[in-house]
Amino acid sequence: MSYKMHALVCGGTGCRASNSQDIIAKLQEALEKKKLAGEVQVIATGCFGFCEQGPIVKIMPDNTFYTRVKPDDAEEIIAEHIIKGRKVERLLYKDPERKESVSDSKHMSFYRKQLRVALRNCGFIDPENIEEYIGRDGYAALAKCLGEMTPREVIDEIKLSGLRGRGGGGFPTGLKWEFAGKYQADQKYVVCNADEGDPGAFMDRSIMEGDPHSVIEAMAICGYSIGASKGLVYIRAEYPLAIQRLKIAIQQANEYGLLGERILDSDFNFSIELRYGAGAFVCGEETALIHSMEGARGEPTMKPPFPAESGYLNRPTNVNNVETFANIPVIIMKGANWFNKIGTERSKGTKVFALAGKINNVGLIEVPMGATLREVIYEIGGGIKNGKKFKAVQTGGPSGGCLTEKHLDIPIDFDNLLASGSMMGSGGMIVMDEDDCMVSVAKFYLDFTVEESCGKCTPCRVGNKRLYEILDKITRGNGELSDIDHLRNLGKVIKDTALCGLGQTSPNPVLSTLDNFLDEYLAHVKERKCPAGRCKELLSYVIDPVLCIGCTLCTRTCPTNAISGTRKEPHVIDAEKCIKCGTCINKCKLKAISVQ
Amino acid sequence: MEQTIKLQIDRKRVEVPRGTSLLDAARGIGIRVPSLCYMNLQGMCITNLPASCRICAVEIEGRRNLAPACSTRCEEGMNVTTTSARVMNAQKTVLELILSDHPTDCLVCPKSGNCELQEMAARLKIREIPFKGASSNRVKETSPSIIRDMNKCIYCRRCEMMCNKVQTVGALAAINRGFDSTISPAFEMPLRDSGCTYCGQCVAVCPVGALTENDHTNRLLEDLANPAKTVIVQTAPAVRAALGEEFGMPVGTPVTGKMVSALRALGFNKVFDTDFAADLTIMEEGSELLDRLSRFLAGDKSVALPILTSCCPAWVNFFEHHFPDMLEIPSSARSPQQMFGAIAKTWWARQTGVKREELVVVSIMPCLAKKYECARDEFKVDGDPDVNYSLSTRELASLLKRANIDFNALPDDDFDNPMGESSGASVIFGASGGVMEAALRTAHELYTGKKLENVNFENVRGLQGLKKATVDLNGFQLKIGVAHGLGNARALLEEIREGKSEYHAIEIMACPGGCIGGGGQPLHHGDSNRLKARARALYAEDEGKTRRKSHENPYIIKLYEEFLGKPLGEKAHHLLHTSYFNKGKEIREQ
Amino acid sequence: MEKIKTLADLKRIKENVQAKIDLREKSEQSGELIQIKVAMATCGIAAGSKEVMNYFIDHLEENGIRAVVTQTGCMGYCYAEPTVEITKPGREPIVFGEVTTKRAGEIIQKYLKNDELVEGIIPVNYHTIQE
Repeated sequence: MSYKMHALVCGGTGCRASNSQDIIAKLQEALEKKKLAGEVQVIATGCFGFCEQGPIVKIMPDNTFYTRVKPDDAEEIIAEHIIKGRKVERLLYKDPERKESVSDSKHMSFYRKQLRVALRNCGFIDPENIEEYIGRDGYAALAKCLGEMTPREVIDEIKLSGLRGRGGGGFPTGLKWEFAGKYQADQKYVVCNADEGDPGAFMDRSIMEGDPHSVIEAMAICGYSIGASKGLVYIRAEYPLAIQRLKIAIQQANEYGLLGERILDSDFNFSIELRYGAGAFVCGEETALIHSMEGARGEPTMKPPFPAESGYLNRPTNVNNVETFANIPVIIMKGANWFNKIGTERSKGTKVFALAGKINNVGLIEVPMGATLREVIYEIGGGIKNGKKFKAVQTGGPSGGCLTEKHLDIPIDFDNLLASGSMMGSGGMIVMDEDDCMVSVAKFYLDFTVEESCGKCTPCRVGNKRLYEILDKITRGNGELSDIDHLRNLGKVIKDTALCGLGQTSPNPVLSTLDNFLDEYLAHVKERKCPAGRCKELLSYVIDPVLCIGCTLCTRTCPTNAISGTRKEPHVIDAEKCIKCGTCINKCKLKAISVQ
Repeated sequence: MEQTIKLQIDRKRVEVPRGTSLLDAARGIGIRVPSLCYMNLQGMCITNLPASCRICAVEIEGRRNLAPACSTRCEEGMNVTTTSARVMNAQKTVLELILSDHPTDCLVCPKSGNCELQEMAARLKIREIPFKGASSNRVKETSPSIIRDMNKCIYCRRCEMMCNKVQTVGALAAINRGFDSTISPAFEMPLRDSGCTYCGQCVAVCPVGALTENDHTNRLLEDLANPAKTVIVQTAPAVRAALGEEFGMPVGTPVTGKMVSALRALGFNKVFDTDFAADLTIMEEGSELLDRLSRFLAGDKSVALPILTSCCPAWVNFFEHHFPDMLEIPSSARSPQQMFGAIAKTWWARQTGVKREELVVVSIMPCLAKKYECARDEFKVDGDPDVNYSLSTRELASLLKRANIDFNALPDDDFDNPMGESSGASVIFGASGGVMEAALRTAHELYTGKKLENVNFENVRGLQGLKKATVDLNGFQLKIGVAHGLGNARALLEEIREGKSEYHAIEIMACPGGCIGGGGQPLHHGDSNRLKARARALYAEDEGKTRRKSHENPYIIKLYEEFLGKPLGEKAHHLLHTSYFNKGKEIREQ
Repeated sequence: MEKIKTLADLKRIKENVQAKIDLREKSEQSGELIQIKVAMATCGIAAGSKEVMNYFIDHLEENGIRAVVTQTGCMGYCYAEPTVEITKPGREPIVFGEVTTKRAGEIIQKYLKNDELVEGIIPVNYHTIQE
């Protein structure tokens, strides 16, 4: 027995909340009625990501995509589509621009929102097999550079493409190569910054694990264009699989003669070595990274001199991050003019984001620059978990800012994010819902930067610590109004005076939450209340005397004996003893205990 | 052709050479941009430029954030503001942050009144520290010479720079991360277990009270008050060139006579001069040089050349730690301080009938390593040190103030005899090149047998890190080198180790400028002009002396006649020479 | 391995592999092998993709199914790891999420043998530049 057709019904949280379970039941019921249960299989799937239009039903094999389906529509779908072969027009997705119905999901703009350039081979080829990479045009870009292009032409192509550094700074890559190419030295270096340190970010790791050759090829291209024969990958030791795959890839590239001496019968030599980092966040800053590779303390130094002039071992050095490199071979193969048509005016190409937090589709996505946060969060990310309300999205890693509802329709690119008080960073994107306390969120990020500060400059070493301490004080209910002024002033001064990018951006979470969620700060300080109910010290557990029947269940489970009362009489909680663990709330069958 | 840059600072137009920092450009036109971590010893190539304190922030038109003036180069057309509300607020906030993790016990701090942080707090008018929170809690460490109180450290990294870049000792470096960052020997081991040479250059540059000397003032006060003790003092050459600075005198004022009066007023039984022992050192070290040279010229291949001076205790510690494979090269002559102690507790004690156990020999030194040197076992007789302890120039100055002595009003006085007499050659021991010059004056006459008319060897003087000269000795071309700063010394030693050294004799002083820039001297606060003025004071005193060669010192002649016999003789060997020890755990990779 | 010296060498390898990859991409020929790709990035491995991959290798043969099992990088569906992409000859690839060994067993029994879908299908939601 074999099914002829499949009806895929979205079983994601969003659609399930809109009764997709009932749709399955109704579809099956209708099929039974028509004696088609053996022909068509109904199946619940994972989230389609298009929760805004849910519940979704997709009929295979003809790829018909029904949106906003109700259980009552089941019968019609079976009767019309399955039996008569006529699509149910009113349930088809209407293209908002063209106002036409689109039946095939492949033609829906939503599924065009993700475009994989940097991730083009991730999840597609076997990363441990160089031939599969070659099969996808791998190393053809290097061959093109060596065979048909002068170093100058390579640099010009990258400049024309408009590619900007994906590690956070957004510096034009071609310009960087040009600088490094300009300086003369007995030895130059190409360094790949694989010290991905943002919490929750893993785009670089995924590229190295899924497509290591793209990085190797790009480094060689860079070496050819700036006149460097040595490449170094500074990778954190916490990435064992990426290290292993890179090692295999380097070995294979050497075996195939795509690294080493006289590559592809040209005069160009290039070798790559790995250097391991101990996972210090600040070592993602290029001067600190170089010092770390030299065996010195991993801390940044003032620029100028830029690494292009004096970098690794005081030689001209070009540092790019993994994702930046992963874009290079495609640009060479498809041309700068192909690449610079993707994206916005000043930010070209695509950007990989690690979607995390209170979002349905946690994962790695790649969208063209200029996609909006709304598209990323609601369409690709599948919206907020458990149908909660969106509150903020934090972009740019620990030193990015929190953006809110009002920023959702801003096209994402380097400049727009900066202008809204956040930044691109390396592409972390953490979504928060109504249950998140924004003061605590700011505190969380400060905790990270305090931990990761190298300690060199005063504003970062002491200033961030003080910022954290003030936030901590506020979340414990000891805040004063003057603390808000201190936070603002200190944040401003740290941004103004810190030595490196880490310090210059570390106050962003505080400043942006102060801008966008001042009322939450004031609630903590003035009313000693945490509106999101997150700050333990500001909560009190209370038993509703009307609802409580004195069953004593809570008394028996309270670990600190904070609850007392006579049997069958309303109980009370002693706030002094209560440690706010929440055990009683979970135990109480009458929902008589609440947090205030 | 030197290009110049035109820019505007606080609405004033300035033109400066390309590469000039904003800080220098501003200060050049009288705009005193505040700074803390920055230090520039001009003429000695010593700069500390971590750009880490961020107090020198200034505003540049068109720039997103503020710029550190110390490490931002001037660029054409820049429009810089050093006093905008934004800048002043940032400077004040940064200082408040530093102070929020700094003890506020200024009143009882050894650096009170001489602290760059204290001065800055007064200048920026800090009246409260708005930030309360965690403060560093580190254990205070005492070594024979240096006390480390890292709770006071402001992390300017000057000490780290001196210890690593200038001295190449590598005892102090940044450890830990973030708020816990501090400066420490590796693995937080105590300084005494590290490769520290006690040169005290870290102390000399510390802007605050984090690094200070191990103060022996109280021991001295107890001994002076004890009627059973005979307490005598010796003063090193460099002290007289700098002590006046502590009493508001112009830098470079020699205060020898006032210093002698002051020491007498303190109650020392005798006030002697280390210069006397310096003359003695020349006799021994000069003879050793001639001895090695004549053996070498006679074809003896086993002679260790070049000979290296050994007056500087930090330098001795340095080669014991870092070049333990070359212990036979330095002269075996003890330092003047120790020669003084050995002679005082034998010859002088016998002459005057003072028992050894009742005799206390104190030294006033520009140096912190001398404190450690006094305590070395090989300079003790039955546990009693030849020199009981050493006080720095700074400690002496503060003691004089405390003893109600109006230093500036004191009359000049002369040292006691016999150990107060000295030649001009011994005075210049305090400046880099002085020991070599003094040795040449004597060696020249002893070797050639002819009277040396021009005693000034100008090309071994000055603040240049490495100086060389060739001296004609009856046709033999004696090649000499002079290095100050241990980094320069390391370069010379590595040459010797590789067999590439061209020298016959080398003088080495651990501190930049020689003893005048010692770790125990009044703080130079990053001003190398002070060192130059101190050197001038010493050379002037040399010029003013009638006897300018060590072997002409009548009491030295008497000492050999009455007691020692001849230089390098058995008694001299026993009392005036020493041997060295391997303190290096491992020889550095070559 | 003979070193690649020329563009032609590179192209030759490309063409050889292309055939293999095309089949994985959009194979039209029937009777070819089933392609099973297991996402084996850190996220996948942490979620158990190694065991799943081994399970497929061990159990395909005993069920008489001829298939090629390969590893690949992260597909981006980190919320649903381990993920497995299965391409039957001539069909669109289907991505299965949260594939435990138990579900892998179901996939073999139901999808591979009987063309019956199982829970956990993830709709592909991106385009690559190759298309």
